Amino acid sequence: MKKYVFARLIQMIPILLGITLLSFILTNLSAADAVDIMESNQGIAMSAEEKNELRQELGLDRPVIQQYAAWLGNLLKGDMGESFVSGQPVLASFLSRLPATLSLTVASLLLTVGISIPLGILAAVRQNRFPDYLIRFFSFIGNSLPNFFAALLLIYFFSLKLKIFPVMGSAGGWKSIVLPAVTLALAMASKYVRQVRAAVLEELDQEYVQGARARGIREKRILFFSVLKASMLTIMNLLALSAGSLLGGTAIVESIFMWDGVGKMAVDAITMRDYPVIQAYVIWMAVIYVVINLAADLICHYLDPRIRLGQEGAQ
Amino acid sequence: MREKKTIVRKQKAPGKGIKLKLILWGSLALLILLTAAFAPYITPHDPYEQDLGRALWAPCREYLLGTDRYGRDMLSRVIMGARTSVFSAVLLVLITTVTGSVAGTVCGYHGGKLDTFLMRVSDVFLAFPGMVFAIAAASVLKGGLFGAVAALALISWPKYARIVRSQVMAIKNAPYMEAARLAGSGTVKIIFRHMLPNIAGPVVTTAVLDMGTMMMEIAGLSFLGLGAAPPAAEWGSMMSNGRSMLQTSPWVILAPGCAIFLTVMIFNLLGDTVRDLLDPRQRKKEELPL
Repeated sequence: MKKYVFARLIQMIPILLGITLLSFILTNLSAADAVDIMESNQGIAMSAEEKNELRQELGLDRPVIQQYAAWLGNLLKGDMGESFVSGQPVLASFLSRLPATLSLTVASLLLTVGISIPLGILAAVRQNRFPDYLIRFFSFIGNSLPNFFAALLLIYFFSLKLKIFPVMGSAGGWKSIVLPAVTLALAMASKYVRQVRAAVLEELDQEYVQGARARGIREKRILFFSVLKASMLTIMNLLALSAGSLLGGTAIVESIFMWDGVGKMAVDAITMRDYPVIQAYVIWMAVIYVVINLAADLICHYLDPRIRLGQEGAQ
Repeated sequence: MREKKTIVRKQKAPGKGIKLKLILWGSLALLILLTAAFAPYITPHDPYEQDLGRALWAPCREYLLGTDRYGRDMLSRVIMGARTSVFSAVLLVLITTVTGSVAGTVCGYHGGKLDTFLMRVSDVFLAFPGMVFAIAAASVLKGGLFGAVAALALISWPKYARIVRSQVMAIKNAPYMEAARLAGSGTVKIIFRHMLPNIAGPVVTTAVLDMGTMMMEIAGLSFLGLGAAPPAAEWGSMMSNGRSMLQTSPWVILAPGCAIFLTVMIFNLLGDTVRDLLDPRQRKKEELPL
């Protein structure tokens, strides 16, 4: 087991190298020059010589591969460079934004699970009856609602009209996280309700459920002990994927609610060609990718005895 | 196994009412496409004509959906926006379907190193959150709406490649394929005559289901300022520009927002119906790329 986890972590190194090199090349492909952008950002006019000096200082005149090697060398020393825009150390400013994204991820995932699992089970148990139709109707609406529209509607009703929650920012304590988390959870829960419903329905069709019913085991017990546990596998995999993209920061939602997380940071960095910040973000994404996949594997391993006991082929 | 299951569980007879649904959602989708196509001829006002004297009017008889901060008629802009939003989504779906299908067919039919390579590439695209990639690509491409479409195409093809590849591999060695080969059909003929018609179902289903998602993603990029640029009428950028007026004149947000919502919903309903029609037992596993 430990060996497996270790091997997976080792696999991370080539992924990290590949993905950072790729992003280096991608950002260098863009036509706009970082120094020109810095000039327009900071509003100070620079002469051509000054610009060239600055380019040399930042190492932008060297070939991409050399820039990459230099960056990699610094990274190993724990130095991710300084932001072109703010001049602050990248690592520190990245770490300062992480809690915002983490809390939003946790809050929205909890909401999603809290909504979609009970409703998905209810819809499956009452298949093709009123609760099922109602739940599917709402999940349909949630699926068709773009998150920026949902966010603006929530702001309009709950912040501007009812004045329950603050419009934006994270200064309002727990209240300020409610609207962004609900926005994210709406779309995810709508998707998951369908998946939970499908997973539970499929599980209810299995022969062991018939067997359990025939043995006179109560329906509730079958549902909560056997069926739910078996359907968790699908749900856990989905949740892992969602957690991955949430931890990457949700650019649109974070920017609407002025939520100072890594997604907003990435979008700002991308539009300003702030290469060091983009690189930090890319590393973060790669780490999430590997860790989340590993976590999903381990959870499946734990939940599914067929995988755990190494009898994958057995029915 | 399968037959047993359908006997065990009570299920509604498939096919009942599906044609009716198809006609209903299909004609609504067609209506949207026609609106998009003839947008310039059916707008009640000029969608670009500014008149600050009538800025931010609430909906009234003359301006059914109100006016924006430059006094432009919202209804006309929403109709014009249909053209931008719907056509870019159609274009995007076409590009991804074609490129994904070509890649998937080549991978599935030939296998080998190219297959391994393309599938690893698609793994990377599927694993990373698409929107962030799209934002990066759109800002590099800087081509406005077309840049946004290209960026989303770049991240969306692997899904189709996966579906097509698995389908191709599943039927590659079917007896009728052997028969076609023995009858002397060349690779091209086999692919176009015998393979593509058989795998078209899931691809078409995915494509129709994706219309709504793609529309939301294009609008999302425009909302972030990475797609259509003002003054172009596009639903996402119209909403982004109206954000600051949410409190005083909510119609500038509601009009384009509802337009996206309804359009996406109609295409989703159409997609579900097409899936039910082509694929009664819902191939869930194949629809999930991972």
